Amino acid sequence: MIKGSSCFFSNNIFKLLFSLVIICSSNFSLAAGEKISYPQLNWTFSGILGTFDRASQQRGLQVYKEVCSGCHGMRLLAYRNLKSIGYNDDEIKAFAAENSVNTINDDGEVVERQARPSDKFVSPYPNDKAARAANGGAYPPDLSLIVKARPDGANYLHALLTGYVDAPAEKKVPDGMYYNKYYSGNLIGMPQPLYDDGVEYADGTKATPDQMAKDVTAFLAWASEPEMEDRKRLGISVMLFLLLLTALSYFAMKQIWAPIKNQ
Amino acid sequence: MSKSKFKNPVVKWIDHRLPVFSFMDHELNHYPTPKNLNYFWNFGSLAGFALVTMIITGIVLSMNYTAHVDYAFDSVERIMRDVNHGWLIRYIHMNGASFFFIVVYIHIFRGLYYGSYKAPRELLWILGVLILLLMMATAFMGYVLPWGQMSFWGATVITNLFSAIPLVGESIVTWLWGGFSVDNSTLNRFFSLHFVLPFVIVGVVILHLVALHRFGSNNPIGIDVRGTQDTVPFSPYYTIKDLFGLSVFLSFFAAAVFFFPNFMGHPDNYIEANPMVTPAHIVPEWYFLPFYAILRAVPDKLGGVLFMFGAIAVLFILPWLDRSPVRSSQFRPIFKIFFWILFLDCILLGYLGAMPAEGIYVILSRIATAYYFFHFLILFPLLPYIEKTKPLPISISEPVLGGGATASAFAMREKK
Repeated sequence: MIKGSSCFFSNNIFKLLFSLVIICSSNFSLAAGEKISYPQLNWTFSGILGTFDRASQQRGLQVYKEVCSGCHGMRLLAYRNLKSIGYNDDEIKAFAAENSVNTINDDGEVVERQARPSDKFVSPYPNDKAARAANGGAYPPDLSLIVKARPDGANYLHALLTGYVDAPAEKKVPDGMYYNKYYSGNLIGMPQPLYDDGVEYADGTKATPDQMAKDVTAFLAWASEPEMEDRKRLGISVMLFLLLLTALSYFAMKQIWAPIKNQ
Repeated sequence: MSKSKFKNPVVKWIDHRLPVFSFMDHELNHYPTPKNLNYFWNFGSLAGFALVTMIITGIVLSMNYTAHVDYAFDSVERIMRDVNHGWLIRYIHMNGASFFFIVVYIHIFRGLYYGSYKAPRELLWILGVLILLLMMATAFMGYVLPWGQMSFWGATVITNLFSAIPLVGESIVTWLWGGFSVDNSTLNRFFSLHFVLPFVIVGVVILHLVALHRFGSNNPIGIDVRGTQDTVPFSPYYTIKDLFGLSVFLSFFAAAVFFFPNFMGHPDNYIEANPMVTPAHIVPEWYFLPFYAILRAVPDKLGGVLFMFGAIAVLFILPWLDRSPVRSSQFRPIFKIFFWILFLDCILLGYLGAMPAEGIYVILSRIATAYYFFHFLILFPLLPYIEKTKPLPISISEPVLGGGATASAFAMREKK
């Protein structure tokens, strides 16, 4: 019968259509990315059930604070947000208080006060120009969204932080530039930030550059997508609900249509 | 008659004075619909659902968004981080745009395959193309609002296209921008238009539905309904089928929103707009890529713009380009093959739109563009002269093949 055959036909075409759309759009993201390939790591936060590793995130915060924050700000993150990577109120208060922010007092004078949990992370430089001036013209980007703002962000970041090698003989590295095998064009304004035992981890983890890069990436991945764990958790419930709805509506449809189909 | 139709006295009282309930009962409940529709006929209601979803999430987002170059990016991030479930609303809106286009593109290809644009549904089709055009304008302006790098540079590239118009081009661009570059006034007007255009779309959708309900849906066989034996009432048959289709759609949609929310976006849009730094590759959103490929395929700027808009313009006149009286591809063996070539051609154009405009990609873009226009402007009008269509069934409920003479008699009647 024509009815039956056209149904079968349309099912297959639907699958074809959908997969073609997906292929089309994935090519598009590849096209925009860099040609350099990075080591693909197994992150705890990848996959639809992935969550952040709290200990790694906390170590990552330490790396950020002791190494990166000298040049890189995280202006979208507030100190209070650290609660979701496992710090309590007192710890956050103390962490914030190490920084100071400008405020205007009742006499209209600009005064400094200790930062509070409600404040955003204090950036190392007052403005972009000051940041450039202090770094030989190179602007150290804000890290709040860095993992989302780069293709394959987590792997890229880890690769970049561990990608400092000696430049090949034929490559001239100008003053104030450094050679990095994963950076586009290989010449980067950022000096190698991570060395063995660059930080001393409280939990006794050995602070190798690779370990520190993984930890700070875990921290920054969370900073880019602080909603990720909630999102995936809610996603699982929603998917289960939708599967049930799909099944119920399918059988309801079959039942309602049965008299018509059997005509 | 309304006495027997509604039992509730309040409904009865209102309906006697303002027959909205009769109207809904007539158009959503009894509305006779061909009984042989396949799943491709689900995409119309899905598009309606997507539109409503976009409007609701969009209104909520606008309550928290600041249309100013200094605050737009941060206000979006505030939605993502500090507004309760703001991330969910924004990801639904962001992915909703992509899914809206997926649904609408399938809806359009269904119309092409089954000849749904043919008499007497020409205006229905034209209103649909108008909706597509409005959707594109709305989506383009919406993409500018987060004020990321791709927002800014996409806006710069696309608005600059108008400078190709001879004599007045530059003035038009300045007028569009409200200044001498994409800046705060551009962002403000884009926000304003992005807010209002969806309601214009709703208006055109209503006209689209009025035109649809005039003759009812086309169907996979493409022959007219001959009587009540060929139809079923819309409810419950198609309400339940649409609910099933919606559940499947929502499953895909939710998977994207919750597990791959940035898959169809571009990482550069999480970098705040910076007029001093141009991204390595400026690419539009995926749903514009086929048109972008056509734009770049033509070596001349004005020519490129004309071809790009021409790609949509041919859709407006399609009902008069296709001279075949037979609607459905099921009975047009040659047309069917070319339909799939056109489909693959559009996919290829989309792929090429994402590739850098160099080497083999340019050549392929030109071939694909040439085919696109060949298909609409030459193939459609000429094919009926060479194609021998298969005999049409006598009716939907009796899919018995009639003789050639009967079939062509029906075809002639449909042509009128």
